[in-house]
Amino acid sequence: MKMRVNKLAAAGTVFIALIAVFAIFAPLIASHDPAGMDTRSVLSPPSREHIFGTDPLGRDVFSRVLYGSRISLSIGIIAVGLSVLTGIFFGSIAGYYGGKIDYAIMRLVDIMLCFPTFFLILAVIAMLEPSIYNIMAVIGLTSWMGVARLVRSEILTLKERDFVAASRIMGAGGSWIIIRHLIPNAIGPVLVNATLGVGGAILIESALSFLGIGVQPPTASWGNILMDGKATLGVAWWVTVFPGAFIFFTVLAYNLLGEGLRDAFEPRLKDRS
Amino acid sequence: MKKNTLEVKGLKTVFDSWQGTVRAVDDVSFNIEENTVFGLVGESGSGKTLTALSILRLIDPPGKITGGSVMFGGVDLLKENEVRLGAVRGNRISMVFQEPGSALDPVFTVGYQLREAIRCHRIVSRGCAEDLAIDSMRKVHIKDPGRVYRDYPHQISGGMKQRVMIAMALINSPELLILDEPTTALDVTIQAEILKLLEEIIAARKMSILFISHDIGLIARMCDNVGVMRKGKLIECQESKLILSDPENEYTSALLKSARALS
Amino acid sequence: MIVAISTDVRKYYPVRRGYLRRESGVVRAVDGVSIEIRKGEVYGLVGESGSGKTTLGKIFLGLIEPDHGRSEVRTDRVQAVFQDPYGSLDPKMLIGDVLSEALILRKETKGMKARCAEALDRVQLSRSALNKFPHQFSGGERQRVAIARAIVADPEFIVCDEPVSSLDVIIQLQILDMLKDIQKSLCAAILFISHDLRVIRYMCDRVAVMKEGKIVEDGPVAKVYKSPSHPHTKLLLSSALEVSPRI
Repeated sequence: MKMRVNKLAAAGTVFIALIAVFAIFAPLIASHDPAGMDTRSVLSPPSREHIFGTDPLGRDVFSRVLYGSRISLSIGIIAVGLSVLTGIFFGSIAGYYGGKIDYAIMRLVDIMLCFPTFFLILAVIAMLEPSIYNIMAVIGLTSWMGVARLVRSEILTLKERDFVAASRIMGAGGSWIIIRHLIPNAIGPVLVNATLGVGGAILIESALSFLGIGVQPPTASWGNILMDGKATLGVAWWVTVFPGAFIFFTVLAYNLLGEGLRDAFEPRLKDRS
Repeated sequence: MKKNTLEVKGLKTVFDSWQGTVRAVDDVSFNIEENTVFGLVGESGSGKTLTALSILRLIDPPGKITGGSVMFGGVDLLKENEVRLGAVRGNRISMVFQEPGSALDPVFTVGYQLREAIRCHRIVSRGCAEDLAIDSMRKVHIKDPGRVYRDYPHQISGGMKQRVMIAMALINSPELLILDEPTTALDVTIQAEILKLLEEIIAARKMSILFISHDIGLIARMCDNVGVMRKGKLIECQESKLILSDPENEYTSALLKSARALS
Repeated sequence: MIVAISTDVRKYYPVRRGYLRRESGVVRAVDGVSIEIRKGEVYGLVGESGSGKTTLGKIFLGLIEPDHGRSEVRTDRVQAVFQDPYGSLDPKMLIGDVLSEALILRKETKGMKARCAEALDRVQLSRSALNKFPHQFSGGERQRVAIARAIVADPEFIVCDEPVSSLDVIIQLQILDMLKDIQKSLCAAILFISHDLRVIRYMCDRVAVMKEGKIVEDGPVAKVYKSPSHPHTKLLLSSALEVSPRI
C-alpha cells in the first residue's frame, strides 16, 4: 500500500530515526561519562566542552541526555510492545469467541479502566522497587485496554467476512483463524494506537522519574535529569530545557507518525469544495 | 428533423487516484431525441453511470469533468452555475438510481421526501403538495398510497421503494428521465413488475429517457437507440433493432453472444 | 451414492420489536427442508432473496447449526465458493498461501506446490499469480482464485453460493463453463445456489425451488423449467422470461 507522502509524518519519522541513532550510538557520540562527576564545573552553562552544560553534580548534561535516550526510548517501546501483545491477546479472544468469554474480558477491561492509570502506576511502583523492568511491566500492563477494545471491534467485523468462513470450512480452528487471518487484518489501527502510545509511555516514564520513583540515578533518563534540574531551574536553565526539549520533540514525532499512519490506513473524508 | 432533448459532445471525466489518472468517461458523444428512449449498455466499470452523473454534474473530487459539453434546453449544463443547475436537477432532469433505498433518507417519512421533491422547485401549500405526492404514487401503481405516504423507508419493501423513487423522479414532470440500472438490485418477480411500469411510462411518450443497464437484452427491448460503452469510450451507437441483428463492434457481438447463451 | 442429505432441517431467527427488544415472532429462514444430493450431480437451489437458500447452504457447510432436523455431509472433502470476490480472499495473504492453506489444514502437504500450480492452471490463471495479492486482480480473476482454492484439495462436495452474480455477463459465462469442466473432471457433487434462473438452467442437473424457507418444487431441471407445477415456480419463470426474453 503506497502512502502518500505526508510531510509532517515524514519529518516525525526522520526525527525518530535520529533519536534512535543517538540512543544506539550513545557511547560513541557522548563526550563524557554520563555518571562522571566533575566537581570543578558544577552547574556550568553550555560551553564547548559541555555542549549542554553540567548538572548540580557536575555531570555532563549532553552525555546524560544521550544515555538517557536509551532508557526512555526502550521503556517507551517495550512498555507499548507489552500492552499491544496483552491487548491483542485479550481482544482477539473476546472478539472471536464471544459469549461469556467476551463478557468476562470486557468486564475486566471496564474494571481496569476505572483506575486512574497514573495513580495505579504510582501505587504499584511504590509497592515494588522502581527498577527499569518493573516500570516497563507496569506501564505495559495498565495500558492494554484500548488496544483490546480496538482489536475486539475489528475482529467482530472481520469474522463475518467470507474468507474466514472459507477457512472454517477447510477445517481451521479458532487459533489458526485468529493468528493467520484476523490479527494481520486488524493490525492497522493497532499500529496507529501503538505509535501514539510510545509517546504516552515516554511521558509517563518521565513523570515517574521526575517524581523520583522512576529510573533511579545515577542511571540517566530524561525524566530524572529534569528532577536534578528542578531546584536550580532559575540559575541553570540548561539542565531542564535540553532533556525537556528532547521529550517534547520525541513525543511530538511519535504523534505525527501515528497520525500519518492513521491517515494512511483509514479512508479520509475529503472535504467537498 | 426531430429536436434533441439532450446533446452530449466530447464529454470527458477523469478520476485521480494513487494509481494514476483514470479516464472514466473518455470523449463520449450522443444525442437523445425528444421523447425517445436512449439506452447506455456496458459492463461494470465501463463508465455508463459516471456519464449520467456527469450530465448532472454530480461528480465529486477526486473526480473531475475535464471537457465536452452537455446541451439541454439550449444551455450547456457543464457551464451553468450551481443555482441554475439546482433548478434543473430533480425538476427538468431527474434520476432513478440502482439501489432502491439509496436516495431515501431513513429518518424522514416517504411523504416528507416526496413533498420535499415538489417544494424544492415549486411554491405550493403543504396540503397541495400532499395531494400531488399521493397522486404521483398512484401513477406508479402503489396500492394504498396514503399508508405508504406515512411510512418510513425501512418499513416498505425494495420493490415499493423503487416505485417511490420513480414517483419522486416523475413528480415534477421532467423533460429527461435518467434510469440507472433501475431493476438490477431487485428480485426477479419485482423486476418484472417494475419493468411493466417503465414500459407504460415509455409508451406514454411524454419525456425523453436515458436508460442505463448492463443487460443488453433489456436495453434492446426498452430503447429506441443504443450506445455501447467500454472502458469509458462509446464504441457503438445505433438503433436498437440494428444492434441485435447487425452489431458493428466485436465487443458488442461478444456481449450479445453471452447474453443469448444464458437466456 | 448420496453425498449430502438434509432431513427436515429448520432454522428460525427471533424477531425483536419494541424498546425492550421482546421476541415478537420468528423468521422461518429454513422451514423443514429435506433434500438429497448425489455424487457427481449439480444440484441447484433457486429462490428470491430471503427464501432461505443461502442459510441452507451454510447449514450444509456446518457454519450454521439447524434448530431442528439434521444435515449430513458424507465426506470431509467439502469446499465452498462464495458470492463476493472481494471478501472471499484474505487481503493480506499471497495467492500461493491462500491455495496452500487448504492443503495445510488437511495435513496434505506432500507435493503442495505442484498441486497449487495445477489448480491455477485449471482455472486458467498464470502461475505467476502465486506470488501476488488479491487486490492485484479483477473480480473475475479473484473468483477464479476462489474456485482454485476450492478444488486444490480434490473436493467431493462443493457449495457455490451465487458464485457469478457479481460478475459481468461475459465473465459469467467463462466462469460457468470453467466450473462445468472442473466439476466433470472431479466428479464432485455441487450445491449451486443462485437467484438467477438462467444460470441455474445452464449449470444444473436437478433443481429445488425455495420460497420462504420451504421447498415448493424440485426435480430435473428440464422438467421443472418446461412444465412447472407450483405457482411460485411458474411466477419465477414467467417473470424471468419477461425480464430477459430470448434475443
